[in-house]
Amino acid sequence: MSVPIERPGKKNPQLRTPVPTLPPVPRSRAALGLTAAAAEGRFMLQHCGECGAVQYPPRDACGKCLSGDLRWQDTDPNGQVIAESTVRVSTAPYFRERGDWRIGTVRLAVGVSVMAYLHGDVEQAGPVRMTARLDRAGQGVLVAMPPRATPNMEDDKILREMTCDPRHRRVLITDARAPDALALAKAFLDAGATKVFMGESEQWRGHAERAALSALEGVEILPLDVTDTRSVQELAGQIGGKTDILVNNARFIRPGGLFARGDVTFARDEMEVNYFGLMRLAQVFGPAMAGRGADGVNNAVAWVNLLSVHALSNLPQIGPFAASQAAALSLSQALRAEVHGGGLRVMNVFSGPTEDAWHQPLPPPKVQPKALARAVISGLRGGLEEVAVGDVAKDMLARWREDPKVLEYELTRMGGGDA
Amino acid sequence: MAGRRKRQGYDGVVLAAPAGMAYERFSTKTAHWWIAGALRNSLKAAGLTPGDVDGFSVTSFSLGPDSAVGLTQHLGLTPRWLDHIPMGGAAGLVGLRRAARAVQAGDADVVACVAGDANHVDSFRRSLSGFSRFAQDASYPYGAGGPNSCFALLTDHYMTAHGAQREDFGRICVSQRDNALRNPNALMKTPLTMEQYMNARMISDPIALFDCVMPCAGSEAFLVMREEDAQAQGIPFARLTGAIERHNAFPEDPIQDRGGWAMDVDELYQMAGTRPEQIDLLQTYDDYPVICVMQIEDLGFCGKGEGPEFLRAHDLTIKGDFPHNTSGGQLSGGQPGAAGGFIGIVEAIRQVTGQAGPTQVAGAKQAMVSGFGMINYDRGLCTGAAILTGEGA
Repeated sequence: MSVPIERPGKKNPQLRTPVPTLPPVPRSRAALGLTAAAAEGRFMLQHCGECGAVQYPPRDACGKCLSGDLRWQDTDPNGQVIAESTVRVSTAPYFRERGDWRIGTVRLAVGVSVMAYLHGDVEQAGPVRMTARLDRAGQGVLVAMPPRATPNMEDDKILREMTCDPRHRRVLITDARAPDALALAKAFLDAGATKVFMGESEQWRGHAERAALSALEGVEILPLDVTDTRSVQELAGQIGGKTDILVNNARFIRPGGLFARGDVTFARDEMEVNYFGLMRLAQVFGPAMAGRGADGVNNAVAWVNLLSVHALSNLPQIGPFAASQAAALSLSQALRAEVHGGGLRVMNVFSGPTEDAWHQPLPPPKVQPKALARAVISGLRGGLEEVAVGDVAKDMLARWREDPKVLEYELTRMGGGDA
Repeated sequence: MAGRRKRQGYDGVVLAAPAGMAYERFSTKTAHWWIAGALRNSLKAAGLTPGDVDGFSVTSFSLGPDSAVGLTQHLGLTPRWLDHIPMGGAAGLVGLRRAARAVQAGDADVVACVAGDANHVDSFRRSLSGFSRFAQDASYPYGAGGPNSCFALLTDHYMTAHGAQREDFGRICVSQRDNALRNPNALMKTPLTMEQYMNARMISDPIALFDCVMPCAGSEAFLVMREEDAQAQGIPFARLTGAIERHNAFPEDPIQDRGGWAMDVDELYQMAGTRPEQIDLLQTYDDYPVICVMQIEDLGFCGKGEGPEFLRAHDLTIKGDFPHNTSGGQLSGGQPGAAGGFIGIVEAIRQVTGQAGPTQVAGAKQAMVSGFGMINYDRGLCTGAAILTGEGA
């Protein structure tokens, strides 16, 4: 079993906050395939399209038959430790600062040997289940896990470094009025977050869940209007130095296609909240959080954007809204690059139609607030960058990966003409 | 394919003029400076001038952006045969084999084989992070322990598979330190006891401090030429009676437990017309003791897994029954980058020509040298070995 991490005490403001350092960043283009797999929490290796041989380390030609046709595929994660070591002396400051690292050589059932981190509960020469994870530099690395869950396994030192577990961390949810706000707040408190700050715009205006939110121990409602730069700055001045996870759930949506609207009024509101709102938050909270990437047990670790899966490919019935989501998705990639030096993870959670007033006439399945909240927590615990929640989003993401152009036709033409 | 042809002998080819520069832990000098120094000392020993060198073989990690080409102009050489060998600890053996063939075929009369590397503060970290693509992608990101961690895994596996104890590896380190104390140029100058070895701090378990080499700056050189030319000039020489190399041997082994020597060792002894018992001294590549044990096994001095027992039964010092790494090797002499793979060759030439001075093994007439290099990912890929004979002390 792993030793549970203790809740950190108050920070001594006289001590210097450790400057974030990163594990080695450089990778070959082929090796970034492992990073892409880890971003979704999948264990994938290259398989030869001609002879089927599994390859590791990632390469450009098959080590068996020289074919250039190598494909990343989900791979049997079972294996066995055949050698291990504890690295106590390292040339990289990141590793030196964090003490000893347990590594090993694992022989996978698919017939390749890999060097990997070993979770503390892996037995000596024991069986393992291999996982691909993003390290603090956002690069894919292999972490060998015990085949079955062990007590407090998420508190293992290596795993805590690779993940964004909400336990002992402080969270800002940007919109207390959103239909998913209460479910998110509860989920974070259940996951061990020590504090949940909730941003609330136009505080003079009441809303249905306010009483329920206020009643939750650990929740603090604070004024925040993401369309107002000064409001964002004021909140950051107050809690920017103690926000470890930021969840941007602020969203403006109105149904209606491009022609149905007749003007840009709603589209402007959508951009103001969904795109410029993210930008305002990023410009103030981004640097503050990136500077605290190595700030002890409750360091800043993650930025979560809740997006419509139509950020990937437009749905004409909500065309202008989808465009604002595409803008936010693109900006999230810029944000990811800017906070990289702080070791901060940017996780995008894509969902299909959510269960709320604006999606009321649409047929099921729709994403329930609780399901959305569960996906956020499990994504953070897995240290992911990309999460699809609900069947619609998963299906859409799969189609988008197969062929984005074909998906565009499916979404924009299948509904029209002679059905 | 039909049966492979056997390697042909190196009749008429000899090695001469072993030379080097005294190592320094850190130095402001460049690889160019170190290489020039060793070449100069080698030519001086042979009574030759730079103009006599018509073949040039270079090995270095820190010469960039130059290669052997840039060095010809830098050092004022006009060779008709030129080689650059990026094979780390196996480069000496590989360079030796190529140079011998060039001399044998008349492509060159005198090939100078030189290796040298600089060592500045922080050079080691820089060279690790960009060592190879597989290392960058698949080993360096796991704790950045460098070769210490890679060899720790091989050592851990060897200990489990063959019942080796840390003391067994300690015998290699302690006896090499004993040898090094006779070598005035060795960086390590104080005795090492088994107790100190066992109590040293762990670096990457089970590798502890005295299992690791100390990176330094330095250079080594020797000449490959015709026997008749060496005789005419009165230069002491060693004959090359056999040599092998192999790369990426046994790729199916889940982890390295043997090296390419095991594929070619029978032919090596056949070429040289000798047997393991007739070898007077052995120079293995010793970046970590586990790899010395593998060489002792794979080169036929004992069977696979019998290394620990062999070490317990033999004395590896200069005066012992199995003289091994007689100059102290890299473990006690220092690891001058790529020149580390030249130490064994240079020392073996000295030994069989009776020029080893304080480290001389009495009656040494036949030496074996072995090289090992390039942990590209999880194992060393390049191996080589040679047998040298001479008149002895």
